[in-house]
Amino acid sequence: MFEDGSIINELFIERLNYLIYVVLLLIGLHAMIAKNNLIKKLIGMSIFQTAIILFYVSVGVKEGATIPIYLPEHDPHGSHASHSDGNETEQSNHGPVVLDAELVKGYSNPLPHVLMLTAIVVGVATLGLALALCLRIYQGYGTIEEDEILAKIEGQEMGTKPSVVVKSVDSSKPATSQSAKPASKPKGSSSPSPKRSKASPRTKAKATSPTTKAKTSGAKPVSPKRKAAASKSTTTGSKKSPAKPKTAASKSTTKAKPKPRAKPKAKPTARAKATSTAKKATASKPKPKTPKK
Amino acid sequence: MKKLSLIPVLLVGALLIYAAEDFPEWGSPSAPASASPLSSHFISNTGVDTEVPNMVTAVLADYRGFDTMFETVVVFIAGMAVLAILKNSSGPNSKKKIFHIETEPDIIVTNTVRLLIPVIQIFAFYVLAHGHVSPGGGFQGGVVMGASFIMIALSWDLDTALARFPVERCTVVAGLGIILYGGIGLLSMFLGGEFLDYAELANIFPVSREMARYHAMLGVEIGVGLTVTAIMFSLYANLSTEGRLKGGL
Amino acid sequence: MMENAIAWILIFPLFGSVACAILGMGNKKICYPIAVLSMAGSLWAGIEALRQVIASEEHTISYIFGGWTLDQYPRGVGIEFYADILGILITLVVLGVGLIVAIYSKLPVQEETPGKEPLFYTLFLLQITGLAGICLTGDAFNLYVLIEVAALTGYGLIAMGSNRAAAATFNYVMLGTIGASLYLLGVGYIYIKTGTLNMIGIQQAIEANGLADSATMQVAFVLVGIGILIKMAFFPFHAWLPNAYCNAPTTTSCLLAPLVTKVMIYVMIRMVLSVFGVEFSFESTMWVDVMPWLVVVAILCAAIMALAQREIKRMLAYLIVAEVGYMVGGIWIYNYYGFIGSIFHVISDACMTLCLFLGAGLILRKAKTTKFDGLRGLFGKMPLTMTGFFIGGFSIIGLPPTCGFFSKWYLITGGMVSQRWEYMVVLMFSTMVMVVLFFRLIERIHLAVTESGENLGHGHGDLGLNAEQTRFDEGPLSMLIPLLVSATIVIVVGIYNQDVVSLIEIFLSDYNLPRGTGH
Repeated sequence: MFEDGSIINELFIERLNYLIYVVLLLIGLHAMIAKNNLIKKLIGMSIFQTAIILFYVSVGVKEGATIPIYLPEHDPHGSHASHSDGNETEQSNHGPVVLDAELVKGYSNPLPHVLMLTAIVVGVATLGLALALCLRIYQGYGTIEEDEILAKIEGQEMGTKPSVVVKSVDSSKPATSQSAKPASKPKGSSSPSPKRSKASPRTKAKATSPTTKAKTSGAKPVSPKRKAAASKSTTTGSKKSPAKPKTAASKSTTKAKPKPRAKPKAKPTARAKATSTAKKATASKPKPKTPKK
Repeated sequence: MKKLSLIPVLLVGALLIYAAEDFPEWGSPSAPASASPLSSHFISNTGVDTEVPNMVTAVLADYRGFDTMFETVVVFIAGMAVLAILKNSSGPNSKKKIFHIETEPDIIVTNTVRLLIPVIQIFAFYVLAHGHVSPGGGFQGGVVMGASFIMIALSWDLDTALARFPVERCTVVAGLGIILYGGIGLLSMFLGGEFLDYAELANIFPVSREMARYHAMLGVEIGVGLTVTAIMFSLYANLSTEGRLKGGL
Repeated sequence: MMENAIAWILIFPLFGSVACAILGMGNKKICYPIAVLSMAGSLWAGIEALRQVIASEEHTISYIFGGWTLDQYPRGVGIEFYADILGILITLVVLGVGLIVAIYSKLPVQEETPGKEPLFYTLFLLQITGLAGICLTGDAFNLYVLIEVAALTGYGLIAMGSNRAAAATFNYVMLGTIGASLYLLGVGYIYIKTGTLNMIGIQQAIEANGLADSATMQVAFVLVGIGILIKMAFFPFHAWLPNAYCNAPTTTSCLLAPLVTKVMIYVMIRMVLSVFGVEFSFESTMWVDVMPWLVVVAILCAAIMALAQREIKRMLAYLIVAEVGYMVGGIWIYNYYGFIGSIFHVISDACMTLCLFLGAGLILRKAKTTKFDGLRGLFGKMPLTMTGFFIGGFSIIGLPPTCGFFSKWYLITGGMVSQRWEYMVVLMFSTMVMVVLFFRLIERIHLAVTESGENLGHGHGDLGLNAEQTRFDEGPLSMLIPLLVSATIVIVVGIYNQDVVSLIEIFLSDYNLPRGTGH
């Protein structure tokens, strides 16, 4: 089993270094993909890059060779003491000399070391940048577990953040250029909700605009003040709005004129409530994340 | 999710091990990498071309000096990007409570560090300058130098360190490092060679072409060291205080 | 001095960025002129380099940094910049897009990232340096360093936005690092077998030593391929792109969206043609049979996902993924016309994506939203912007005389001639999808129909908006003029496509690609 040419010999004994680096690389890659904590992902990234560095360095190994720095006898500026027979030391200076092939074999290959100096520095720079990102994410979301961050992002998109893109003009807050994108998930599972949310703002806009009579009872209990109380506070509007979108749509066509004036002002508030009620509306369907009614 | 992610990982592993059988033996002197004309040229001709005993520094700073310039640029980018990400980011509505621990810097630590820092900094200069002859060079020396400033921040507090090396000065010093590197390259270009052809500097300095390469390599390494020092400290200052530059570790 | 034009392409933005970083600390307003001047200087050097490349005998320039000329030293001792027609063309595209976005950036940068303008312009100019360097370099490891320069500046530029941008950037960092590191590993495998890092040296070593059958080179090909595919957002590695480009500041997405993925396509073309060689890539590996089918899946999924979006920027992001699929398919159908189409599509797609994203930025600024519903009445309010935007849209669909038509023409010709019917069918299908996308957008803007089908107007063109909202209110000139210039470029490149294609054909004549009925 261990004779020359068998797979065990070839893989494990002659080329053991390559196998070790593959194991390290897989550990790093698995950590990057599978771990939830952002810092653990970064540790995995570091291990991954270290494995590649180990591979390159092992490429440059030459059996029986010394480090790629000239020994004193080949040193271009060097002078070496050579002992002659009579116990006297002679110093002989010699200029730079091209080494012949035999001497070349005595030195290790310098190129992989150079390449890996660069790769290490690039890895450190990426790690520094990623750590700054982790800090920023922690400031913004209060957590560095990936699933909690995703939940918070979805909560922000469904909840208070309106579809109007807010351009922050004061520099104290970070510039928010988010827009509520319920259809942002690539699975498109929330694409029914924009349809609902578009329907229900008509009802809400009518409720808040001064010229409309609040005929739609579904809009009445929901007041603009409660919009700030995130996505879970409106209860009555949710029950009415699934029944109402068709009627609301027909009513909205007759109320075309006053709506535009009310729309720009009411839109942020309406959208907030709309998306929240939309979430409640879709929550009536079996969904894993139904908020409590 | 964790089980599912094992599949691509194991696929990659299988792919890599499949290739490992074809590799040359570890350490074989006749491997293509070790026996190639490129590697042989580096080993045999570095002394003649550049008169630098350390082949790794010669390849890094002269033969492949363009790569090293971009490596320095990468360090500079990291510092600038961290500044860009963390600046003005924690506004008045930051959720984290800032714990202020009021302690005096410990007398033993501060006095020991006070004795050590000059030695460390001289050692950093030594590593940088001696990179031509022994393992070392700009990156290594720069990191040791940056570490000395971080040590001030650790033993006293960050404000003491920032008083000596404020973040604005870090940016200027880092920029100066790149200007030094690129400037040497530009000077060589104006003197008639290609960009980063140090031998052309022999036209204005009274040295031979090979010694011009030797000295320009030192200049280039100093540029690298400046950038790395400044960015190391700037990274520490920004990361430990989330960009606020107050408090911190 | 002019023989160093290739070096000047990179020197201008490099020194410009350091100047922005240092001088910008004192006076923020100086960064914008420095950025525009550096880009202008770099573009001038690029045009000069193009002239030199066309005038030279073999239509290439070889520039070795450090003076290690080929007559005295072996190949690969110094780092070589090997600029042939393809590289110079893409470099010019990079520099042109960079100049246009630099001019455009004056107001958005002030508004979206206040107080950080010096840092923004520093990272901006370094990004251009990295991208231009990728297109010119002839050394495989230098390519890795430049890819990382472009990537790190990209991370910084995107994360300067909101917290959501920071979260999206983290995913981008993870995926981007995997991609770049796999590329580095592939280069390591190449090095262990060939002993050199110079691109031409690698090809010579593969031919000389008969390495086409070695398992290491096959795996190296796969690793390099996967690394590049991740960085160019090829389905299914595209997950980083929509979030990153949508949440980024306006100028960042205008800069990154047209350039980063296209430059990676260039890298793939370079690897396939120049480094590994045509025989190795297409005849010794099995990917020429597999890749077109992967491309079909990619284009289908990207087009369908683009249909599902309700917001302009996200729709454009998925369109980018689909366009990447076109270009990768153009390469892997292994045909002369496919390659012409792919290379021309790189150029034209950069122009039209630039046009679209510039328009989206203007729309965002004026209409304060990019959701489809918020765009009613924009034809009256911002006619010039919408004209520019829809010229880009028609180019994506492929209407003459925009450049998109000609690039799709060559791609379809390539598919037909090489009898890759699946590629042709999916091209036609996705063109239909894009027609639906853009005409639906036109309908939303021009008619008064909302997402849910309500009709808000009273018919006869009444959009249900008052006079205030339909008053002519265009964007600022510093943003409008770059948009109109890029729309003009889209049409001009289309009209003069024969000139560009003849240059591409000069480049491709060095390679032995089948023209007739495929492989």
